[in-house]
Amino acid sequence: MTLVFGKTKVLETQIDQFLDAVAQSGLTFALAIRDYLAGNAEEFDAHSTGVTELERQADDLRRDIETQLYAHSLIPEHRGDVLGLLENIDEIINTEKKTLSQFSVEKPEIPADLNPQYQELANTCVAGAEALVAAARAFFRDTKAVHDHLHKVYFYEKEADRLSDRLKREIFARDLDLAHKIHLRYFSLHIEDVSDEAENVADRLAISTIKRTM
Amino acid sequence: MIFLFLSSGLFLGWALGANNAANLFGTAVRTRMLRFQTAAVVCGVFAVLGATASGAGATKTLTRLGAVNTIAGAFMVALAAAAAVYMVLRRVALPVSTPQAIVGAIVGWNLFAGRPTEMATLQRIVFSWIFSLVLATALAAALYLGLAALVRRSHVHLLRQDVLTRAALIAVAAFAAYSLGANNIANVMGVFVSALPVPAVQLPGLGIISGAQQLFFLGGLAIAVGMYTYSRRVIDRVTATVSEFSPLAAFVIVLAESLVLFLFSSQSLEAMLARHHLPRLPLVPVSATQAFIGAMIGIGLVKGSQSVRFRVLGEIVIGWVVTPAIAGLASFIGLFFLQNVFGLAVVAP
Repeated sequence: MTLVFGKTKVLETQIDQFLDAVAQSGLTFALAIRDYLAGNAEEFDAHSTGVTELERQADDLRRDIETQLYAHSLIPEHRGDVLGLLENIDEIINTEKKTLSQFSVEKPEIPADLNPQYQELANTCVAGAEALVAAARAFFRDTKAVHDHLHKVYFYEKEADRLSDRLKREIFARDLDLAHKIHLRYFSLHIEDVSDEAENVADRLAISTIKRTM
Repeated sequence: MIFLFLSSGLFLGWALGANNAANLFGTAVRTRMLRFQTAAVVCGVFAVLGATASGAGATKTLTRLGAVNTIAGAFMVALAAAAAVYMVLRRVALPVSTPQAIVGAIVGWNLFAGRPTEMATLQRIVFSWIFSLVLATALAAALYLGLAALVRRSHVHLLRQDVLTRAALIAVAAFAAYSLGANNIANVMGVFVSALPVPAVQLPGLGIISGAQQLFFLGGLAIAVGMYTYSRRVIDRVTATVSEFSPLAAFVIVLAESLVLFLFSSQSLEAMLARHHLPRLPLVPVSATQAFIGAMIGIGLVKGSQSVRFRVLGEIVIGWVVTPAIAGLASFIGLFFLQNVFGLAVVAP
């Protein structure tokens, strides 16, 4: 029994490390956006690399967790849900990494007065992702608390929708080239994708939590 | 020749093991929490232990109802019970059980032999069937609420909970198998105890093993073989019935079921209750399947009545009447044939 508990202890730590990586990538993503908007190219690159590294760590952890869950036939009833959950949460980091890569490649010219709105949108999306990580942690230990965190995910997703909509309206009301307007709009959508991913995972998590109750 | 006569009891034991294993570890195996081989071996061993060590209590009650006094008579009584349950009523998907059949078959022997049936004992037995169902329902509901609160408060990680649940499932399956052996061995071998006087033997390290215990050991082995050889198919067949329950709920159901079987079979518990002037339960063979269904209903009631299938309750009540009637009739007709066609003595003067 001690041996089995030892194995589960290692897996519990790995799951926590995976979720830590997701939470940390969100914070780093927000910093990278801040640096881009402030024109600090070097800092932006460093934070982008940080997100890429966290994404790699999270991928490795997820694969290892998946292998061990199967190898030791653990949680047979919830294995599918847990694996689906981890894979979908991983998509959040992937989206963050992809968005930062698009910033790096396309270098959108954001009017300085729109910076606060882009930053607010990024912060709101990251808050949604953080709430999701908290919900995922609760799923493993305290199913009653999951709902409280999911409620915040949905709140931040709606707020991100509202902010993105406001930003797009302001962009298209401006006297800019249509190509520039569309380019700016894409970056609003790219950032918003983070909260959309969080919402998708939240929907799955809500169902899995119902299944977890006795 | 003795083994030929015992074959009906052994067949009844085999069928009992094959059919009741689903109630002990069916959900655990289906949800892949336990391996079938592990569960079947552990439960088989504990069923033999329960039958040999604690089978006497419920057997005494059956003997009081009717002491079948020839081996040929005992053969037919056990065969009639087996035929009624496994060849007739289970085929029409009624949740009937051997305790009801064996009681009917014994009463059939009493009628054939012209012996009176002790009505007080019969009343106690029928009361036990009803009470065991109610008790299983109440115990499962209370245990479920308690365990749900404990799991909520403990904040145990899902992975750790998984390990604990597996350990709990195998432990409760072993306890349930022990209780099933102790309680239901009376159905399998009870009628042979008064009909077949087996001399006691002294085993080194184990002390004196009475004749009844030797018969119970044989019956227990038949139950264990039934669990190992045939229960996998029964588990696969009945998955639809129990598919809505989680491993933790399955643990509660099996615990409630085994407590009921234990309460109705433990002589030491009965003696302890008597010492403390507490109300005692009669030691009567009760149905593991019906206790299982009662426990499922208990959890269904706690979770919301939409998952309770009250139709099954009605079928159980029908079974309480129909099963003894069919088994009694089969026993009477069978005894008539054995005596008049084969010329065997089914009743001793």
